[in-house]
Amino acid sequence: MTAPREVSFTVNGAAHTVRVEPRKTLADTIREDCGLTGTHLGCEHGVCGACTILLDGAPVRSCLMFAVQAEGAAIRTVEGLAEGDRLHPLQQAFIDRHALQCGFCTPGFLMLAAGVLEREPDIDEDGLREALASNLCRCTGYLNILDAVRDARAAMRAGPG
Amino acid sequence: MKPAPFTHHLPGTVDEAAALLAAHAAEDARILAGGQSLVPTMAFRLARPAHLIDINGISGLDGIAQNADSMSIGALARHCDFHRPVDDGPLGALLAAVVRHIGHYPIRMRGTFCGSLAHADPASEWCLVAAALDARLTARSVRGEREIAASAFFEWAMTTALAEDELLVRAALPRLAPDTRWGFHEFARRAGDFALAMALALYRVEDGAIVEPRVGLGGVEAFPRRIPEAEAVLAGKAPGPDLFREAGAAVSDAADAMADSHASAEYRSEIAAVMVERALADAAR
Ligand SMILES: Cc1cc2nc3c(=O)[nH]c(=O)nc-3n(C[C@H](O)[C@H](O)[C@H](O)COP(=O)(O)OP(=O)(O)OC[C@H]3O[C@@H](n4cnc5c(N)ncnc54)[C@H](O)[C@@H]3O)c2cc1C
Ligand code: FES
Ligand code: FES
Repeated sequence: MTAPREVSFTVNGAAHTVRVEPRKTLADTIREDCGLTGTHLGCEHGVCGACTILLDGAPVRSCLMFAVQAEGAAIRTVEGLAEGDRLHPLQQAFIDRHALQCGFCTPGFLMLAAGVLEREPDIDEDGLREALASNLCRCTGYLNILDAVRDARAAMRAGPG
Repeated sequence: MKPAPFTHHLPGTVDEAAALLAAHAAEDARILAGGQSLVPTMAFRLARPAHLIDINGISGLDGIAQNADSMSIGALARHCDFHRPVDDGPLGALLAAVVRHIGHYPIRMRGTFCGSLAHADPASEWCLVAAALDARLTARSVRGEREIAASAFFEWAMTTALAEDELLVRAALPRLAPDTRWGFHEFARRAGDFALAMALALYRVEDGAIVEPRVGLGGVEAFPRRIPEAEAVLAGKAPGPDLFREAGAAVSDAADAMADSHASAEYRSEIAAVMVERALADAAR
């Protein structure tokens, strides 16, 4: 039915049960029903990548899924990257490399990069450039983002320390 | 920018999905596969389906199976399943090279091979692969199963031979002889964009001469297809730059190029010739 339905999933390890209309996107649900507004919405049709989240480990556009499709899923958003006060290597590298200006695209880039590096820790230079071309940034010119992700790749390979 | 209301169905089997399609076909029921084309069109309200039949809960549809003479690709095999070669032969390598041109990494995590065929964008890479290799497509409905040749499947831009109540359950690509040479080239304005023109060329060389040439063209006409005029130019000749240029010219002569806001027909047809030439040259390497 088109009427609201109950859906359960976890976001950053915490269980959520929400009542949503089937037409509600996962992006809107994460922001409005789960109250996690770190996931941004730019275009709402799949081209900008601001809404990128990890769905069972895969970086996906959360504006191109309906929340009802996330039943039982493990979702990760930018709010889950840091452990307490300890930043994720990607977050630290973005600061160190000045990989953001206005910050609107940053959550999407962080989740994209986190997903790609976790799935393919040995990804080569071409692969990394190609993967980062998935998202749009109107401020930085991309090179600092690429530098930051390269640094994080090295830090993540070296492991927590 | 928000989709219109719809009823979401989550069938557990292909039979249930077919029954739901049959029951709701008259009210605009659509299959929801990867959602990477359907959801954007719904966000724009270009599509307002009343029913979405979500096949993501059906087990057994995600398989890529190697048979004696074909590779069978299930309706839930996603683009990213081809990132690493699915076999050791030329087909696996070809699919792994082509898939990198489809949208972006996160799009490829969700989008499906069969969804691309059903969507039938003129510039879909998988549609070109299906047309160039003469894929065989299996449609299922409550009326049963039927096989459709790729040459009869694509009817126009965004239009296929699938009936309203049919879903595509799998696509079969022929295994390629180990000595098959192939090349793929496309021209897109930005990374991840749909291409203005693309070409996939395959052939084998016997005693210095080209045999079994296939030249597929995508993004130029309303749907991708093989161009027999270019294949005739190649057959029996020794591969080389002059021959490849001649085949490219034959493609622009034969193609009925589309014009739209991205490119005029003349421009598309000129790029088509170059893409074909480059694909053939890559195959020769
Ligand atoms: C930013 C962006 C860039 C993209 N760039 C490209 C590109 O360069 N090249 C390219 O080829 N594609 C591109 N795409 C589209 C993408 O490849 C889609 O995944 C693909 O076109 C459709 O597959 P899907 O599984 O997502 O189908 P869906 O979006 O779920 O469905 C698309 C259509 O096909 C129908 N359908 C789906 N599966 C079946 C089935 N098994 N049987 C019957 N009907 C079915 C649906 O009802 C719907 O009408 C892009 C998408 C985005 C958002
Ligand atoms: S908001 Fe999802 S890709 Fe732009
Ligand atoms: S930092 Fe402003 S859009 Fe990327």
